[in-house]
Amino acid sequence: MPTRRRGRPRAGTALWFWVFVGPFFAGLVLFIYVPIGWSVYLSFFEAYNTVTPTEFVGLANYRDMLGDRAFRESLLTFVVFAAFIVPTTFALSLLTAVLVARTRVMQAFFRSVFFLPVACSYVVAALIWKMSIFSGMRSGVANAALGLVGVDPIPWLSLTDPPWYWLVIVSARLWLQVGFYMILFLAALQRIPTVLYEAAAIDGAEGWQVFRHITWPQLLPASTAVLLLLLINAFQAFDEFYNILSSFGSYPPYARPPLVYLYYTALGSGQNFGDGSAGAVILTLMIAVVALLQTRVLRLGGRD
Amino acid sequence: MLHERRRYAVFRWVLLLAGTLLFLLPFALLLRGALSTEADLSSARWHWLPPTWEWGNLAEVFDNRTVPMGRALLNSTLIAVSQTVGVLVLSGMAGYGLARIPYRWSNVVFWLITVTLLIPAAVTFVPSFVLVSSLGWISTLRGLIVPGLFQALATFLFRQFFLSFPKEIEEAAALDGLSWWGTFWRVVVPNSTGFAAAIGTITFIGSWNAFLWPLVIGRTPDSWTVQVALSTYLTAQTSQISLLFAAALVAILPLLLMFLVLQRWIVQGVERTGISD
Repeated sequence: MPTRRRGRPRAGTALWFWVFVGPFFAGLVLFIYVPIGWSVYLSFFEAYNTVTPTEFVGLANYRDMLGDRAFRESLLTFVVFAAFIVPTTFALSLLTAVLVARTRVMQAFFRSVFFLPVACSYVVAALIWKMSIFSGMRSGVANAALGLVGVDPIPWLSLTDPPWYWLVIVSARLWLQVGFYMILFLAALQRIPTVLYEAAAIDGAEGWQVFRHITWPQLLPASTAVLLLLLINAFQAFDEFYNILSSFGSYPPYARPPLVYLYYTALGSGQNFGDGSAGAVILTLMIAVVALLQTRVLRLGGRD
Repeated sequence: MLHERRRYAVFRWVLLLAGTLLFLLPFALLLRGALSTEADLSSARWHWLPPTWEWGNLAEVFDNRTVPMGRALLNSTLIAVSQTVGVLVLSGMAGYGLARIPYRWSNVVFWLITVTLLIPAAVTFVPSFVLVSSLGWISTLRGLIVPGLFQALATFLFRQFFLSFPKEIEEAAALDGLSWWGTFWRVVVPNSTGFAAAIGTITFIGSWNAFLWPLVIGRTPDSWTVQVALSTYLTAQTSQISLLFAAALVAILPLLLMFLVLQRWIVQGVERTGISD
């Protein structure tokens, strides 16, 4: 940082810098850098039921994880989940943002309604989805609605063919996160200069044309960020999978996203911290690569 | 053309109202579940409203042994409040130091902080568990609170905010002979309450709703948070669903109330995550 003159010289700036930044930075090092370092170290060792390494095994833990069908399937589960949740959240939050932005009357009301679920936890949402909306019983909301048109109750969560549980998982997350991304889009929409719209109106553009040629290009930077956040958040999906699908301390082997898989590997009955650490390292690397690729690709597409 | 515009407006309103109903439905179901009797909840006939209002559920949440929410609420409150205060102080100071105090290594430190933003917090739960367990902090409030105090994002945002803070005020304070410390606490902090409120409410919501970390660390019922307690009964298929709904209602009420009061700050805070520029 360039040292600019600021009114008067102050003594001991280095000391003051550490007084302000030191406490935070020390905590960050202790609770982020040290664990990651320790975990990378552990990933080369056997560590069952203990977080102290016992025997050096080289890359064996990595081979274990990558060779483990269940781990690879958890990655597949993530891909399926991301393929559902990323585009639908993106489209729905953009749609609600555009609708809310165009509404003068009651704008604050609609914004609040769509944003309200953000205050709700995934656990509470899982409860409502599992016990009320998609309970397999006749009295569940979804089944009651289907009953009106004469369809038999569907056991939403215990059926794997067709895999209706995806509908339950995806709709819960949509409800929880659409409002958050809507706010980001709204903020971006409100920053678009009105002169652009006025110019478009003079040129006779309307409706879809305005969106296509004015709004959408102006939203590109926000869209890139939203996509990246959505993808990273999907990678970290845990709460709703765990709460909606597990029961009596067991969890169905299908539909285990990576984090759920990792949780059971490291902290389940096996307590395999060596494999767990290797898995965490692999996931971190994958997320980093995906994030880098995505910013690269989208930035090229966005021409900025 | 005017005709078309009106049709578009009607279409928009239909969509907005349908969306409103869909988005409010889960809250209605939560209320309905919390205030129903167990028998009415499981009856085959659909009721929008509880046939008999069972207000007793809410009181029972606090003295029922199946869903002991009292302790969990206390834990969640302690954790959320101390994390919010801690993040505001630690990140506020760090952000200010990074933004204003000229120091040779400040770029390096800033880079080291920012790069942790790329590491998804949830992926670090295994390594963090490893550390916290070697400190002997499993199932303690310390273990639940302390690791959450160091939020790189909050520091990053505070730094951006202080960079845009009008420098003239600080320079006037410096001319009056205030040190960095004095300038920060007496001049900068009182003028940053709006931004701090935004960061604070977001931290509070995140902390109150956190699940994975409290699940990993809170291994005894004494150290359960609200979310972990709910989850424990939810995944154990408790027979008392209405009580579970009542507990969930109790768990989200503080946030909903806060949300209604502080909504402006929360929205501003989300916007300030500044990702859209």
